[in-house]
Amino acid sequence: MSNTSSIPPLGQRDALLHMANIDKVFNGNVEALKNLNLTVNQGDFISLLGPSGCGKSTALRLIAGLMRQTSGQITWNGGLNEGDLGVVFQEPTLMPWATVEQNVWLPHRLRGKSLDDVRGDIMWALKMVGLESFQKSYPRELSGGMKMRVSIARALVTQPRLILMDEPFAALDEITRHKLNNDLLMLRDKLKCTVIFVTHSVFESVFLSDRIVVMAARPGRVSSEVTVDAPYPRTEEFRTSAQYAELCRKASDALHGAMNQHGERASA
Amino acid sequence: MSAPEMQNTQSPVVDLEELQYARAQRRDKIAKWTLPVLMLLLAIFLWDRLVVWNEIPHYILPGPGLVIETLIEDWGMLSDALWVTLKITLMALAVAVLGGVGLAVLFTQSRYFEMAFYPFAVILQVTPVVSIAPLIFIYVDNRLAGLLLCAWIVAFFPILSNTTLGLNSTDHNLRDLYKIYGATRWQRLRYLQLPTALPYFLGGLRIAGGLALIGAVVSEYVAGTGGIGSGLAFRILEAGYRLNIPRMFAALLLIAATGVVIFTLASLLSHALLHKWHESAIKREN
Repeated sequence: MSNTSSIPPLGQRDALLHMANIDKVFNGNVEALKNLNLTVNQGDFISLLGPSGCGKSTALRLIAGLMRQTSGQITWNGGLNEGDLGVVFQEPTLMPWATVEQNVWLPHRLRGKSLDDVRGDIMWALKMVGLESFQKSYPRELSGGMKMRVSIARALVTQPRLILMDEPFAALDEITRHKLNNDLLMLRDKLKCTVIFVTHSVFESVFLSDRIVVMAARPGRVSSEVTVDAPYPRTEEFRTSAQYAELCRKASDALHGAMNQHGERASA
Repeated sequence: MSAPEMQNTQSPVVDLEELQYARAQRRDKIAKWTLPVLMLLLAIFLWDRLVVWNEIPHYILPGPGLVIETLIEDWGMLSDALWVTLKITLMALAVAVLGGVGLAVLFTQSRYFEMAFYPFAVILQVTPVVSIAPLIFIYVDNRLAGLLLCAWIVAFFPILSNTTLGLNSTDHNLRDLYKIYGATRWQRLRYLQLPTALPYFLGGLRIAGGLALIGAVVSEYVAGTGGIGSGLAFRILEAGYRLNIPRMFAALLLIAATGVVIFTLASLLSHALLHKWHESAIKREN
């Protein structure tokens, strides 16, 4: 993960992951995903935006390998290696009996690496999220936002090629959410990592991502894609700019389009 | 009144409600210890007066003084008996912990194992030990082994059921995370399931500690006059035949004290292991 080169513009990025004709059927009759096609490029910040039940989380779980698709192909450019994936859930999902340091150690620990061997990595990850002085704290001593930072540090510690985030900031208050949005973009700029971010929020998806993949429900599928062509770094000023408002309107229209598609299907 | 005023000069908070709250907190702190001790002393005093004023003969109800006197006088015999009962209790508890946790781990490793063997655990638990004990003493020659088996049957179930519940209570997102990072079954058990189960297990241990003592005492009653290595329950029976009521009380006192000590130790252990992270051991300030 080099810190010197910058992320190439959209359209000039190498492919990282290709999902082709993915179907996922639950219990033999619930179509969670139908013919999902998505190419993820290195350096993409993709938001999966859509109503509940559109299969956003299912798509994420398929990529994470927690589920297998009913049919279709997921191919990784260069194969999927250990430590390639980092995951952040909606809840911080920390082990309450373990200190911050031990929690961040987990991905390495499960590969049999001792704490001393990877202390450097752990401190680096904690520094990335601004919690280097909290390594010995227990999760209960931290605020909701700080817990989420620990969760992000844990996802970063293996320097993954792809970070999956499943509505990570949905349970936080707005001020904390904005702060973490800013910090996430800073991290992404530093690490040049690829992110797939599941969210319900049009505003959050526009602020963060350069590609918004809008999904429709029943069956879950990609409805449309909105390109957010605002340059990074994006600051608080971007949030109040006319360009942001315009992009939000565009994304919002796309989302409504996706929901109407569903309505037409339902009434048909 | 001077103490709170002193404190107020140190802290800037002088709000009346806060002050009352602080006072109530202090009162609670003191009452938490003094109230039970005072009530206990009062009860013993009333017991003593009841015996003295009504001139109750000591072979019907001995006063507390006489019980203590007997305890000291018969200490040689009673301490031996205490040691026997304590030994059986602690050994039964140890085997209950090993067996309970071991079975619980097996249960969570295989659903089929749990389906197959859980009914046996329930049957053992719901059958009163007094009704199984005579059979056990027929089949098991070794008296110590028989006593141990009885006490174990009573004590192991809360550990088994609590630990099984705990092992199955892991956070589902954490389970997913372990899967994503390719954790082995053993890693998942050791780093995720066992720590999750710890508070549940400790809750079970507190119950099992008391039950092991009950199991030890009850099985001694059933085993009857075994001769060598007689425990406290046997001493109570024996003293009863001889109408030595003060000694019955002295032995009873020792059993009760043992139970309290076991419970306290289990609670201390629980606090020591959980106070850093578990909700149950954390004092909230509101």
